[in-house]
Amino acid sequence: MGEISAIMGRELRKWVRSPPLLLMALIQPLFWMGLYGKAFNLTGLFTVPEDVLRNLPPESTRVVASLFNQVASRLFGSPETDYFSFVATGMTSVIVLFVSVFSGMSIAWDRRLGFLNKLLVAPIRRSSIVLGKVLAASVRALVQAMMVLLMGLALGVRLNPASPLLVAGAIASIFLLAVSLSSLVIALTLRLKSWEYHMAVANLLNLPLMFTSTALYPQSIMPDWMKPLATLNPLTHAIEVLRGALLYGNSVDLASFQFHLAYLSVFAILAAGLGSYAANRYLSAER
Amino acid sequence: MPAIEAEDLRKVFGDVVAVDGISFSVEEGELFGLLGPNGAGKTTTINILTTLIRPTSGSARVWGYDVRTETSKVRSVIGLVPQDLTVDDELTGIENLRLMASLYHVPKDVAERRIEEVLELVDLKEAARRRVETYSGGMRKRLELAAALIHRPKVLFLDEPTLGLDVQTRAHIWDYIRRLVREEQLTVLMTTHYMEEADANCDRVAVIDRGKIMAIGSPRELKAAHGSDVIELEVQGNGIDLHSLVNGVGGVLDLRVEGSRAVLKVSRGEEVLPELVGRLIGGGAIVRRIEMRRPTLDEVFISLTGRSIREEHGSWEEVFRQRLNIRRVRG
Repeated sequence: MGEISAIMGRELRKWVRSPPLLLMALIQPLFWMGLYGKAFNLTGLFTVPEDVLRNLPPESTRVVASLFNQVASRLFGSPETDYFSFVATGMTSVIVLFVSVFSGMSIAWDRRLGFLNKLLVAPIRRSSIVLGKVLAASVRALVQAMMVLLMGLALGVRLNPASPLLVAGAIASIFLLAVSLSSLVIALTLRLKSWEYHMAVANLLNLPLMFTSTALYPQSIMPDWMKPLATLNPLTHAIEVLRGALLYGNSVDLASFQFHLAYLSVFAILAAGLGSYAANRYLSAER
Repeated sequence: MPAIEAEDLRKVFGDVVAVDGISFSVEEGELFGLLGPNGAGKTTTINILTTLIRPTSGSARVWGYDVRTETSKVRSVIGLVPQDLTVDDELTGIENLRLMASLYHVPKDVAERRIEEVLELVDLKEAARRRVETYSGGMRKRLELAAALIHRPKVLFLDEPTLGLDVQTRAHIWDYIRRLVREEQLTVLMTTHYMEEADANCDRVAVIDRGKIMAIGSPRELKAAHGSDVIELEVQGNGIDLHSLVNGVGGVLDLRVEGSRAVLKVSRGEEVLPELVGRLIGGGAIVRRIEMRRPTLDEVFISLTGRSIREEHGSWEEVFRQRLNIRRVRG
């Protein structure tokens, strides 16, 4: 445990001491949320212009309203949810993805700078190196996700939290997602020789994982072949937990909330296990 | 029991044989040097002995532990100062040392006392609370030394400890290394391609080239066995036949004459010199200048391998890292 927290402490100290890095990492989700989320207003499509509304008979106005409400809650989980809130919660998870995917690069960097050898000649488990880095990445991801969420609030997310317990579940889901993704990425990139390779891998992972999740659109409007991918993608589950806890208020479906959280927990444990196994087996100074 | 014992170590990377069946042993308390050009297999040997890579074949023990099967025991008794500067720039000196202490499971209270000790040892007490990015190259190397000592290792490995440092700092680092060996009762295995440094500091050296050990011994023994004294002289006047005058002198291994100048390689210069001078004067020559040079390890290397140690070039990556190091050292 001591060795894991020592490695985690080093990573976090370095991170806290380079604010530009932190700011840079926040810019991308800010663009997605601020530009894409604001401009591409799906809910706007369902807004009936005033003059059209005035010319309709009152009964049909009610029918149209209830129809649109049904469509909106099918798509976004609840009739009160606007697209911006929908995207903002999605982006909160996407930043976890970005942070986690790039966290694996620290092994490639440590290798290049020779620091990895220093860790490897110490009498510690190889898995501690990976777990220390995974935990550090998860703390970072959690902090950055909170910052994105705060930016979202400033830009007009309509928060409707159901209960403090569910909000705690949402925070846990962010952490579990970060553990899952960073463990997987680190396991995949343990032996990469340089960070250039790592960049390629990172780009290869980022977009497909984002687009096969429900970050930008609901699973219901995905093509059929994509739906199972979204179900497997841990990002989807974290996003659904976030939306359930923060947006849907009392209309949240508790059973599916619990399912998503359970899926994430199992995924995180398996991924961390895989990361540790891969480290003990394959992490070495050899190239 | 020797502190380090290597037997027929081999390491093959793909189709490159980096270490080609080397055997040597280092006694407790010895300062032992692996001497050779870049790419000779020095770092690979260190990496095998420090458990960083596994040998393709052969065996090695460090402090009695097998480097293949008892890796964590080996790791807990060794310290490594790698070629690259690996202390963390963004952390302070003390933070770097604390990190190392926890990686070596040194209990907190013991660690704080030990940190004070090693800081004292390398004269970094004043700078300890500053970030490493403000350190000079020599200071970083000293911190690196301190970090490798935090857990009181029995055997210290130094990979090119003075690479990229200026001459003055190099001499300084050597003072510290000798002090560590004395005060911490360490066994040291180091690599270098600075022949003068090995000559001045190592108890014994192994000359290594292309993965093979060419000779092992104290610098004095090696120079006696593989080097020769060189005598250069110049006489006045052109009428003297230097060649026939000098030719009969005993102990001359090689003689080159160019007009009024001659260069001789001799086995025991201090005995040859009087006879040589006597002959020259007896033959009527006026000696204008005479000079004798003792052999250096450089010459030992040339005589063993047929090449100078500085001719070899490292790989591109090595050059890059060296430059990176040098930049960090200067910065």
